[in-house]
Amino acid sequence: MKTEKQMMLDRLADAARRGSVSRRSFMACATAAGVTATAATGLWTSSARAAPARGGTFRVGIHDNNSSDTHDPGTYLSIQHIFLAHTHRSYLTLVNTDQTLGPDIAAEWTSTPDATEWTFKLRDNVTFHSGKKMTADDVIASMNHHRGEDSTSAAKPQLADVVDIVKDDDYTVTFKMAAGNADLPWTLTDYHLCICPANDDGTIDWQSGDGTGPYKIVDGEFGIGFQLARHEDWHLDGAYFDAVEMIALGDPNARQTALVTGDVDAISAIDLKTMALLSRDPNLVIYNVPSGSAITMPMHTNVAPYDNVDVRNALKLAMDRQECIEKIFFGAATVGNDFHHSPALPYWPDDIPQREYDPDQAKALLKKAGAEGLSISISSTESIFSGAVDMAVLYAEQAKAAGIDIKVVREPNDGYYSDVWLKKPYCMVRWGARPTPDVMYTLAYKADAPWNESLWQNDRFNELLLIAKSELDNGLRAEMYREMAMLARDDGGTLIPLFPNFVYASRSNVKTGDGLAASWEMDGCRAASRWWFEG
Amino acid sequence: MGDILGLVLKRLGLGLVTLFVISIIIFFMVELLPGDIAQAVLGQGATPENLAALRQQMGLDTPAPLRYLGWLAGAVTGDFGTSVVTGERVTSVIGERFQRTLFLAAYAAVIAVPISIALGVIVALLRNSIFDRVANVLTLTSISSPEFFLGYILVLYLAVKTNWFPAISSVSDDMTFWDLLNRTFLPALTLVLVVMAHMMRMTRAAIINLLASPYIEMARLKGTPPWKVIVRHALPNAWAPIINVVALNLAYLITGVVLVEVVFVYPGIGQALVDAVSKRDFPIVQACCLIFAATFILLNLAADVGAILTNPRLRHPK
Repeated sequence: MKTEKQMMLDRLADAARRGSVSRRSFMACATAAGVTATAATGLWTSSARAAPARGGTFRVGIHDNNSSDTHDPGTYLSIQHIFLAHTHRSYLTLVNTDQTLGPDIAAEWTSTPDATEWTFKLRDNVTFHSGKKMTADDVIASMNHHRGEDSTSAAKPQLADVVDIVKDDDYTVTFKMAAGNADLPWTLTDYHLCICPANDDGTIDWQSGDGTGPYKIVDGEFGIGFQLARHEDWHLDGAYFDAVEMIALGDPNARQTALVTGDVDAISAIDLKTMALLSRDPNLVIYNVPSGSAITMPMHTNVAPYDNVDVRNALKLAMDRQECIEKIFFGAATVGNDFHHSPALPYWPDDIPQREYDPDQAKALLKKAGAEGLSISISSTESIFSGAVDMAVLYAEQAKAAGIDIKVVREPNDGYYSDVWLKKPYCMVRWGARPTPDVMYTLAYKADAPWNESLWQNDRFNELLLIAKSELDNGLRAEMYREMAMLARDDGGTLIPLFPNFVYASRSNVKTGDGLAASWEMDGCRAASRWWFEG
Repeated sequence: MGDILGLVLKRLGLGLVTLFVISIIIFFMVELLPGDIAQAVLGQGATPENLAALRQQMGLDTPAPLRYLGWLAGAVTGDFGTSVVTGERVTSVIGERFQRTLFLAAYAAVIAVPISIALGVIVALLRNSIFDRVANVLTLTSISSPEFFLGYILVLYLAVKTNWFPAISSVSDDMTFWDLLNRTFLPALTLVLVVMAHMMRMTRAAIINLLASPYIEMARLKGTPPWKVIVRHALPNAWAPIINVVALNLAYLITGVVLVEVVFVYPGIGQALVDAVSKRDFPIVQACCLIFAATFILLNLAADVGAILTNPRLRHPK
């Protein structure tokens, strides 16, 4: 965690970069924060040099689109949705470019000591594109869209613990929880939980596409593209581009060609196979950002032979993760260590020894379990990620050295997550990024979670999960997540080979801030309001 | 002429029966796909509760045959229903996209048909010459390569290396007509290359076939120049097969653009169809497929009528 001084300096540097603070007051504030005058001068020049310029139309090619998408936040799924949502709508909180939590329309928040009640102070200067002022009613209606019996929202599980949302005054709301949840402000960065204008009956008007985000929709159609213009009354700093044009570019070749020829200024994903070729073009910048998304390989821990922890660990030891990263992901991935907690997330324990490829030890463990010459099958399909079946085949080859015979079953793309995942005892899965380890563990590792994909039951893990959830002391929480990571790594039923990076690209005249948010592609899908053209 | 009218009416009636059968097949094919709309919409984020709520909202809890009959009752009165996923009218989802697809097909046809027929006449005239061979090899090569490959080759040479044309064909309403032609030139050219060989070679074959007939020999003997023999005497009798193959290729231009649309990111009907299938959005799939089927039926009918009209023997049966 950053110290308060560092955070203040960061904020100052940000202000300097935006030009919203003069050199004189910058120096005064920096020296007051305990920085020497020389250091402050250096900080000023390095920050102010990159002062963003305003203007231009940012044309961005998006890789994941559906013609059948709608503005309903409950059905958000594609990157087209997520990028558009962060461009024309707002959230209560947001992920900063240094992966910390920051304010969006909520200016500040506090909780009761047991973290069962969270009170959010809203900014009073937030307006919808229609001109209407945003108030607590809009926030409550927007959250209730994902709650209640007949809600069809995919974000329903995230807010399952919320018992009630109360309006204290026009700019204050309180979330009442069934149990303490120290992560609620993080949960509210979820891409579904955006703010829409409330109707009189307490529902929301998502159909009109109105929002409080940095850009307003001028025209557009899902599956084709959107034209957006700056919302001059936006409540945050940024939004340097005059206009944003999102273009649906599903075909990887078309997308990359469009970037190379300058038909677009940035694209939300590149084909890893051509990453090396593209990076040789001096007109392009490739961003390779470690992400919170993960590839998991869950084994059903109640089914033989996976009910034996030695077999599970043997299977974990039988994978050469580095080779998978190099051959399948062309280096654009971060190695996993069999606990579902990426280095891009808060509380990541950095002192846990990395599990390496060790066929001999795997053999020894199998012998101990009396399962020598183990023969199993693993399900995979190409739609999980490009190269998923290849990776399963590669794993099968690596496991041969440990005397394990793995049959790779290629399942149909269609219905993989309804017919294979949670049903076949050993398969391959891709998880999107979740904001905190608690959200991830609660979703897919908690004993009674419907998506407990390895059906793993570990009393100590579940006990810690509950305690950590409502613990407001960051140090204590970090310790608990470390212990949970060790349990998942050594006892759990999920092999986590790697965390895929987000790899996207822009023309070199597009400038970004110092960091890139790792929550989604394109700077947490906030590129439109955070990036700018070189002046 | 009364016979032609009768024939047209009979064929249109048969066409309607065909469309009806196709609509049944498509409906149950979509039903057979694993997973359902609700699952496709919610993806990995589906829980039993929100799946059930969404299914109810979309009306998926009624049995499949009833849903089909409901759709059919609407379709008979010209109402193709609303998209199950977005609730938008099918006509408003497809209308504009179908217009764009028609535009691209027309653009390609306007270039391809005259050039391939003229080229066919020329190679028939110069048959077995170097020109004939080269034209044949080139057109056959282009028809033998898959559309997306041709598209990539064109993008590489005409967009990336020379920057003459834009690599992607994203179009908007405020473009001028010339802008539009420039933006969509590469996909149109790809389609032209794909359909040219068929039409050119059929023209060539039909004409060469006739050149052995006695009346052509007569024309030649009376001293008519070779080009006139072909254009005045041979071509009028060769129209029937040529019209047939042109009609087939026009139908292909409309239904076969899916790949080309994807390569050039052209917002036509193909992309909508692919998305609708992956989301199991039955009304949209149904409407797209029926449009494609109707295109084939109508163009085939047009080919037959054209063949009759250009043949006096069929026009005035004894």
